[in-house]
Amino acid sequence: MTWFFETLGSYFAYPFVRYATVAVILIALCASLLGVPLVLKRFSFIGDGLSHVAFGAMAVAAVLNTAEKTFFPELFEKIGQTPLVLLLTMAAAILLLRTGQNTKIKGDAVVAMISVGALAFGYLLLHLFPTSSNITGDVCSTLFGSTSILTLTRADVVFSAVMALLVAIVFLFFYRKIFSVTFDEDFSRATGTRAGAYNLLIAVVTAVVIVMAMNLVGSLLISALVVFPALSAMRIFKSFRAVTICAAVLSVAAAAVGILISLLAVTPTGATIVAVDGIVFLLFSLAGLIRGGTRA
Amino acid sequence: MALLTIENLSLGYEGREILKGVSFRVNAGDYLCIVGENGSGKTTLMKAILGLRPPLGGAILPGDGLKRSEIGYLPQQTEAQRDFPATAWEVVTSGLLNRGGWRPFLTKEEKKIARGALATLGVADLEKRCYRELSGGQQQRVLLARALCATRRLLLLDEPVAGLDPGAAGEMYDLVDKLHASGITIIMITHDLDAVLPRATHVLHVGEDVFFGDVREYMESGRVSRFGRGEEA
Ligand SMILES: Nc1ncnc2c1ncn2[C@@H]1O[C@H](COP(=O)(O)OP(=O)(O)OP(=O)(O)O)[C@@H](O)[C@H]1O
Ligand SMILES: [Mg+2]
Repeated sequence: MTWFFETLGSYFAYPFVRYATVAVILIALCASLLGVPLVLKRFSFIGDGLSHVAFGAMAVAAVLNTAEKTFFPELFEKIGQTPLVLLLTMAAAILLLRTGQNTKIKGDAVVAMISVGALAFGYLLLHLFPTSSNITGDVCSTLFGSTSILTLTRADVVFSAVMALLVAIVFLFFYRKIFSVTFDEDFSRATGTRAGAYNLLIAVVTAVVIVMAMNLVGSLLISALVVFPALSAMRIFKSFRAVTICAAVLSVAAAAVGILISLLAVTPTGATIVAVDGIVFLLFSLAGLIRGGTRA
Repeated sequence: MALLTIENLSLGYEGREILKGVSFRVNAGDYLCIVGENGSGKTTLMKAILGLRPPLGGAILPGDGLKRSEIGYLPQQTEAQRDFPATAWEVVTSGLLNRGGWRPFLTKEEKKIARGALATLGVADLEKRCYRELSGGQQQRVLLARALCATRRLLLLDEPVAGLDPGAAGEMYDLVDKLHASGITIIMITHDLDAVLPRATHVLHVGEDVFFGDVREYMESGRVSRFGRGEEA
């Protein structure tokens, strides 16, 4: 037991461990809030597709940044590559949403096309214009997240915190409209809610959350962070409000527990958090089954 | 001045026309019932009026300063998914959103309106229940309560009594009468001509040949026997 606290204590003595912990918990919070409407709108796959797009965007940004670093080193120092990745991913999010709505190709097919395309294109780019000697390592950490959150820079943490705060505020503010548009889009449009604008909002926020979460869990595991808490909460709760609150609490708790485990057991943070989320889902499914069983 | 003017409207899906050359007017205070066979395009017409489907041709002109946020709507079916977590209360209060305001929470006033709507439809006790676990008729009443919350000048109902028991259907018609008497304009799609014709002021019959006129003209046109009673037999 003393070993447990001593190890943790020694980790948390470092300020960057504390920063990273805060950032991870905030990101988990946002991802779970967003997860509820995405899952209910049957848009889970958009999160997945976008994460692949973000991977492609990261590759493009990495290549562009090599140029930028050579020619405008001060500018790169200041902003890093995250804003560029964010911009590209947002554009893709809006594109996906638009094409999903009114083209002949089915929405899920479009997502599949764009996401696999972006993945391949990104990988190709990284090979053609290698940014470091260790391409496989780079690709691996982009896909599965940094092996340790300690590689997050202070700028990353500040950026994540600001974005997370914005997402949470947007959610609180538009909570009822988001419910209405998610529950019955026709009714809300017919009675004067601008459903298109809210769909756009959801797409943009999704892009933001995904780019933020990418540093942490990597683009392949993001969907888990978005989808698991919402699905777990839906096993037990039956009102939109309870599901939203429960998903947020579960996600924050899983992130905290996951970080502790990953620090103690020296496992990759992102994967550990997702594993905890998965276990929570199993437990909640079981609880839901038992409850449903006794009531029926 | 007309609340709605429909001019030479044609509607369809992917270029296939299902309705064409429809023209009519709805004045404030009218009670229009829309009749026609299954698949004749009634629901499609209502969605076009609500701006949910673009028309292939013609025009839908709101008049008298009618705003989208003054309209209540009861859809024929809602594609609320099987596993959607929502209580009856959450569904009903989503009808209040068009009252504007940027508050994320309900005001006292709004809560009163929602409680009133639930009570009017006799489902006040279902407030906390999960929407997807209600019976079809109970769901229909909750959706009607939501439409009531949203209505301030115009109420569009797509087969409001579908799934209601006869007693509830009668109450439903009385309720619509009351709303109509209080000055709200009604547009209702129905197959239940016997019950609705005595209450309505105008009739739109869609199908091969479109008819629009007041109830007396409709009775005299001889379509009632051909369609209304005939269909039930
Ligand atoms: N989403 C759609 N895509 C293509 N065709 C459609 C679609 N919805 C309806 N239709 C077709 O348009 C026609 C009119 O449908 P609509 O739902 O308006 O009929 P309705 O008059 O409301 O019938 P009912 O009395 O059964 O409710 C039908 O032939 C139907 O097959
Ligand atoms: Mg219909």
